[in-house]
Amino acid sequence: MSGALSPPARWTPPGVFVALALTLAIGWLVVTVDGGRLFSLPTTVSLLHVAAGLGLVAVGQTVVVVGGSLDLSVAYTVSLSTLVAAEAMAGDDGALLPAIGLTLAVSATIGLVNGLLVTLARINPFIATVGVGLLLKGYLDNGYDGPTGKTAPALVQGLGYQRVGPVPLAFLLLLAVAAAAWFVLARTRFGHHLIAVGGDPEVARLSGVRTSRVLVTAHVLCALCAGLAGVYLASRLGAGAPRVGTEGLYDLESIAAVVLGGTALAGGRGGVVGTVGGVLLLASIDAVFNQLEVDVFFKQVIRGVIIIAAVAVYARRAMRKAS
Amino acid sequence: MRIARPPRLPGFRSGGLAPIVVILAVLLVLLSARQPDFFSPPSLMSFLGRSAPIVLLAAGQYFVIVSGELDLSVGSLVTAQVVVAARLIDGDPSAGWPVVVLLLAFGVAVGLVNGLVTTWLRVPSFITTLGMFLILVGAVYLWSDGAPKGGLSEEFRLLGRSAFEDVPALGRIPYALLVLLAAAALALVLTRSDFGRTLVAVGGNPRTAELSGVRVGRAKTMAFVLSGLAATLAAVLIGGYSGVSFQAGAGLEFGAITAAVLGGVALGGGRGSVVGAMLGALTLETLFTLMNFYGVSGALEPAVQGAIILFAVAAASFRVPSR
Repeated sequence: MSGALSPPARWTPPGVFVALALTLAIGWLVVTVDGGRLFSLPTTVSLLHVAAGLGLVAVGQTVVVVGGSLDLSVAYTVSLSTLVAAEAMAGDDGALLPAIGLTLAVSATIGLVNGLLVTLARINPFIATVGVGLLLKGYLDNGYDGPTGKTAPALVQGLGYQRVGPVPLAFLLLLAVAAAAWFVLARTRFGHHLIAVGGDPEVARLSGVRTSRVLVTAHVLCALCAGLAGVYLASRLGAGAPRVGTEGLYDLESIAAVVLGGTALAGGRGGVVGTVGGVLLLASIDAVFNQLEVDVFFKQVIRGVIIIAAVAVYARRAMRKAS
Repeated sequence: MRIARPPRLPGFRSGGLAPIVVILAVLLVLLSARQPDFFSPPSLMSFLGRSAPIVLLAAGQYFVIVSGELDLSVGSLVTAQVVVAARLIDGDPSAGWPVVVLLLAFGVAVGLVNGLVTTWLRVPSFITTLGMFLILVGAVYLWSDGAPKGGLSEEFRLLGRSAFEDVPALGRIPYALLVLLAAAALALVLTRSDFGRTLVAVGGNPRTAELSGVRVGRAKTMAFVLSGLAATLAAVLIGGYSGVSFQAGAGLEFGAITAAVLGGVALGGGRGSVVGAMLGALTLETLFTLMNFYGVSGALEPAVQGAIILFAVAAASFRVPSR
């Protein structure tokens, strides 16, 4: 299982795209037999919207996971970002850019704190980011009961609902962010250092990589992506929503998407391309179930089974390649 | 997740109990300053009884963590057990014990599945138990159409809410405390047994353990089964104490993991003690009680909790002298 990033020799598409194609084919068949249409305009658009929100978070998550860390505070960062964006805009188009700037600054700060806790204070990333998540949860629970603020109309019309053919602007934003992240991981010095740190922090350090600086940067990038996802969700909802991140299970789902995309949780292996595939896979499953009007709870059961099964298949392939 | 693991120094005995005992003592002093009554036997006894479930979960989590894995499914397992028990008992007093036996079997089965998927199929336990979490929550909602059905009988609730009354010197001894003491004794015996030592070896270095003839998969699976059993006991106590709810186990997995880490159990495996994990859980409960007495608003509770966890874990890791 040489992920998209194992430099630079030959690029093999991650298996997640095979799974995606299979899911879409089988899904299309089942939905058609059921008398529905999977690839109608509304379903396609809503599939891509679901993918855009989760995708932005998951691309950021990929960066930290490749570095051997992880971020469980993203769901709260997303919620907070929708609030910061919507409150700073207060329905005024003129405040659009400053508000987005402020949102990204706030989320970058959260990432910085995460990064410093993991590197400087040497707290295990799981505990560090759960702790920061609790801090944010306390702030959100204490200060907000429901939707607050008003997103600038221009942003709602643009990022929220504008599309090019069937493709929403937000999905194009995801592709752009993913492409940038791919470039950073695969072609820059920072990217190579990050992969080295994820592979073996001690070896990386002895080879002269400033491991702390690299990891802090990765955490800031991850939080920035979550902040962008917040801006996008604010544009969809028209206001800031204090629970949107946790209700969307963005923390766990983003990690699931990363792992489905073939990135190793232990770090050092994987890439953004697979993650986008993982996100599309999760979104497609969602779309198929919606078309079949499957019970939401049943959907969750199936989702759990699919995540485990997919990762089991990867593990099997990896073992066969190794032997 | 390897980054934050402090370097192992020869001769330095890590996983010691000193930090957690100090933290617990400080919290208890603060508590008695505010509420001198706290140390009167009746209030102390009921505090210990109330803490029993999270202490049990922390002990179960210890076995999984020390073997190098993680169990994110315990919270959802507690919820599932409580809801299933309510539906099966449905107020019928004679159904109590058979249902408890059934729940124990269910807990063992969930642990077995977690363990086998993690070891045989080589799915990282983070993903296995995350998938199990989604499956259990989905299944339990699906089975009860979105609202808990039936009710627990008084007999079933006895363990969680009743006590031996009129005990000399102590006042009352909650049954929950006795369950806890029995389970704690069993856990201690287990950690001192061959199995306990094997588990630590497996978590410290699975390859070495395997080469020395340890059946790594079997040991880890046993650890997951123990965690499932602990969750079942916790569910019986929680159901008895606070009744049926879909929120019965929400967030307990993070509570249990945090407790273990607070108690000096290293995420990644191989270091820590079950006593530390249980003291960590007691510390968390003391913290909640303290916040209650100091009148921290319920909404701010997570923020204070997060701050203290970060502080405590950072403080605990700073005792390792840096090179």
